[in-house]
Amino acid sequence: MTGFPVILEPLLAELSRPGSNPARTPRPFDAHLAEDLGAYASPPRLPEVCEFETVRHFTRLSRLNYGIETGMYPLGSCTMKYNPKVSEVAAACVSDIHPADAPAMERVLGWLADFREALLEITGMDDACLWPAAGAHGELAGMLVIGKALEARGEKRRKVLVPDTAHGTNPASCTIAGFTTVNVPSGRSGCLEADQVARHLDADVAALMMTNPNTLGVFERDIERIAGLLHDNGSYLYMDGANLNALLGVTRPGDMGVDCMHINLHKTFGAPHGGGGPGSGPVLVKADLSRFLPVPRLARDASGRARLMDDAPLSVGRIHGGLGNVAVVLKAYAYVLSLGAQGLKDAAVRSCLNANYLRKRLEKTFGSVCPSPTLHEFVISDRAFRDKGVSAMDIAKALMDKGFHPPTVYFPLNVQGALMIEPTESEPLRELERFALAMEEIAGAAQVSPGDFGSHPMNTPVERVDEVWAARNLILTWHDMNPSSGGGYLNG
Amino acid sequence: MDETRDTDLARLMEQAGVSGVEELHGHLPAGVLLGRPLDLEGPVDELSLRRRFTASPSRVCFAGGGIYHHHIPAVVDAVASRQEFLTAYTPYQPEISQGTLQAAFEFQSMMASLAGMEVSNASMYDGATALAEAALMALRTGGITRMAVARSVNPAYRKVLCTYLRAMPGVKVEEIPYDAATGRLDAQAARDLAGKDAALFVQQPNYFGVIEDMTEVGAAASGAGFFGVVVAEAVSLGILPAPGGTGCDVVVGEAQSLGNPPSAGGPLLGFFCARKKHVRNMPGRIVGLTRDRLGRRAFCLTLATREQHIRREKATSNICTNQAHLALRAAVFLSALGPEGLRAVALQCASGARALRDALSSTPHRCVFSSPFFHEFAVRMDEATHARLMEAGIVAGIPLGTDYPELEGCTLLCVTEMNTMEDIACLTSHL
Repeated sequence: MTGFPVILEPLLAELSRPGSNPARTPRPFDAHLAEDLGAYASPPRLPEVCEFETVRHFTRLSRLNYGIETGMYPLGSCTMKYNPKVSEVAAACVSDIHPADAPAMERVLGWLADFREALLEITGMDDACLWPAAGAHGELAGMLVIGKALEARGEKRRKVLVPDTAHGTNPASCTIAGFTTVNVPSGRSGCLEADQVARHLDADVAALMMTNPNTLGVFERDIERIAGLLHDNGSYLYMDGANLNALLGVTRPGDMGVDCMHINLHKTFGAPHGGGGPGSGPVLVKADLSRFLPVPRLARDASGRARLMDDAPLSVGRIHGGLGNVAVVLKAYAYVLSLGAQGLKDAAVRSCLNANYLRKRLEKTFGSVCPSPTLHEFVISDRAFRDKGVSAMDIAKALMDKGFHPPTVYFPLNVQGALMIEPTESEPLRELERFALAMEEIAGAAQVSPGDFGSHPMNTPVERVDEVWAARNLILTWHDMNPSSGGGYLNG
Repeated sequence: MDETRDTDLARLMEQAGVSGVEELHGHLPAGVLLGRPLDLEGPVDELSLRRRFTASPSRVCFAGGGIYHHHIPAVVDAVASRQEFLTAYTPYQPEISQGTLQAAFEFQSMMASLAGMEVSNASMYDGATALAEAALMALRTGGITRMAVARSVNPAYRKVLCTYLRAMPGVKVEEIPYDAATGRLDAQAARDLAGKDAALFVQQPNYFGVIEDMTEVGAAASGAGFFGVVVAEAVSLGILPAPGGTGCDVVVGEAQSLGNPPSAGGPLLGFFCARKKHVRNMPGRIVGLTRDRLGRRAFCLTLATREQHIRREKATSNICTNQAHLALRAAVFLSALGPEGLRAVALQCASGARALRDALSSTPHRCVFSSPFFHEFAVRMDEATHARLMEAGIVAGIPLGTDYPELEGCTLLCVTEMNTMEDIACLTSHL
């Protein structure tokens, strides 16, 4: 059991008492100097709580959360592995450095350049930009690069092929980059088939966006042929690197014909996800796309010193106001250094072994949705229980009562009632067994007492949350709430 | 430990039905296998990593320009580093993510309050992408074909805006000049560019630290089809009137300075506040209040039908992972400081900047603009002096000539409560 507390924590607005927070902020300057701002001197509307209440409030909130250190977090395609503590040291050492502090930045840029070289070795790509702040930001940067490369060739291709197993960010990123997407169905084996891709190719196809291994956990075995077809057609192959964890040290996207890709450092390289960021999504390219990468470019001078350069006339331009998520990049660098080449390969192999152990065991109960061999993740479905009225979401909610974070549900879209499971290399056998047993017990209960499933979860801070009510009522700040529950605070 | 792992390995292989770990990747096409070890440094032990990752900032720093040093109360690190916050994923399963969700709701509430707007999302990558997404949102409202952006908006933001608009056919980006004497927006030019087909964006305080007359700016923008205010220094909201009072459609910008360190240029914390009428067109994650099966208060991600995982190519944005942990830190920071604390910090910043200005009056380095400023101001200082100071361990702001050729030989100085009178004396003693 996760041992969640059952208290419902009030909002800060409800804890607020006038005068309860005597602000003890640093005051090195004579405030009278700013008397010309006097006209604006009424304080902003914010809650007033004392320091202890702040600490207690957020500590209590944290206890309503489930993190990777709470227990297994087998969220497919999110690669929720252990986030090594030492990585925080690398991030913390740059926290007080302003990017305009050139002498201090020299060292930081050197690390970034070193890490970029490590990423190029790991992926087999030729150049990279580390500034995208998340995977989807990397996708956008990559698709803008492809658009710019086509423009430089004097072409205006508009279509991007996206397999039905793709993450939703892929088509959304294509739209912002000015492309229209064409959905390509994958074959029965769960793979994208070269013949199917060939049927969709014409002079208007700019690229194909592929996740490899795909979201069924299947390695796209036609990838070399598909890359060849695309290249013959003057199109590019983009790879979503969300699932790179399965391939580390075994095979490299750059050796499969991939022209452009992004990596999610907060997945593959152990940086914590922070409850929804900051992530980091470096974009990597082959040599022919290098000159289109975003600025500033990170370059080494003749003496090997790293520095930033804005002089790149063919660049797509800036994609971030700063340098992306530097601290996250450094966490990933520390991770790569601490594992080394063999450690990365061991991680890939163990992640696949853990997934295959679970797949073999769970398919006995849940059946199989995909005949192909899988790598670091796999998909099962609610098919066996659908006639009992028990859905993938019901199974997910029941898992919480057994102390686990659920897998990704209803994704990929080409599997009805999908549960997508990625245990990662971090989980020891004991935890995998506990998870498998929990799933088997849930399957058993679904046969015996399917009617009880609507009441899960029960051992969580709140019971099943009504997402429809939220969308209908749109209470998005405490100012939207009625006065008795905190809304009056605004007018008070 | 290793022995346990090995026993585990044997059992895992047996139960997974593989006789050797090579089999796991055995079905991959032979042509793609690497067939050699990666050429990487490591493994590096923890102590060696600690020794390698040390860095120190210059001893005196007067640089801002959108990224700011502020004091971060110890409580921020203490609670934000709790693993339940730090290691969780995006809160897709609300029943076990109420901590992340309620903190995001509180962040949204406090940002909307500071901005004087009705709604806020749960964060953006940074101020620059927040502006770019605001421009894309303006396009979705219909009828907009021009972006009229003040030249005094952070240059990096304007560059990112242009990158995001590259793929939008037929959208023109126009520049609203600033008054060379005051540094304020040229209100007449703004009025001329404001039309129903234009989205107008102005920064407050502007990139030069100058405080715009928002009554005048609001009046100039009244003819525009869409009006957005950019706030690149959220601490200014502790003392300046909430930008929502101008009647703008959105207030977007950078909230790094609320509890998050400069961190060598990132991660930053974009925020995005808007009128409620725009909520279905907003980018990014939004947390809403709801109830659980027993009718108790709860929170969840809402308006997901705008988002990429549901709408795919028709989504309002491609954002998935954003800057949730920085938003949490901002919420803790605002709670720790409270209204008086935030106001005191803002006042200290403004006072320190005035102390530096006064100290510089005995040197040849004159202020460039005549208008009141918040905590940044442009002064005449050539690049050679700037470089000489840098050698002496003093970051004398950000040289303006690269982004503003007309301000060649000027630098943008910033003072916050992190600076001291000794810092100021140190700078002037080198001039």
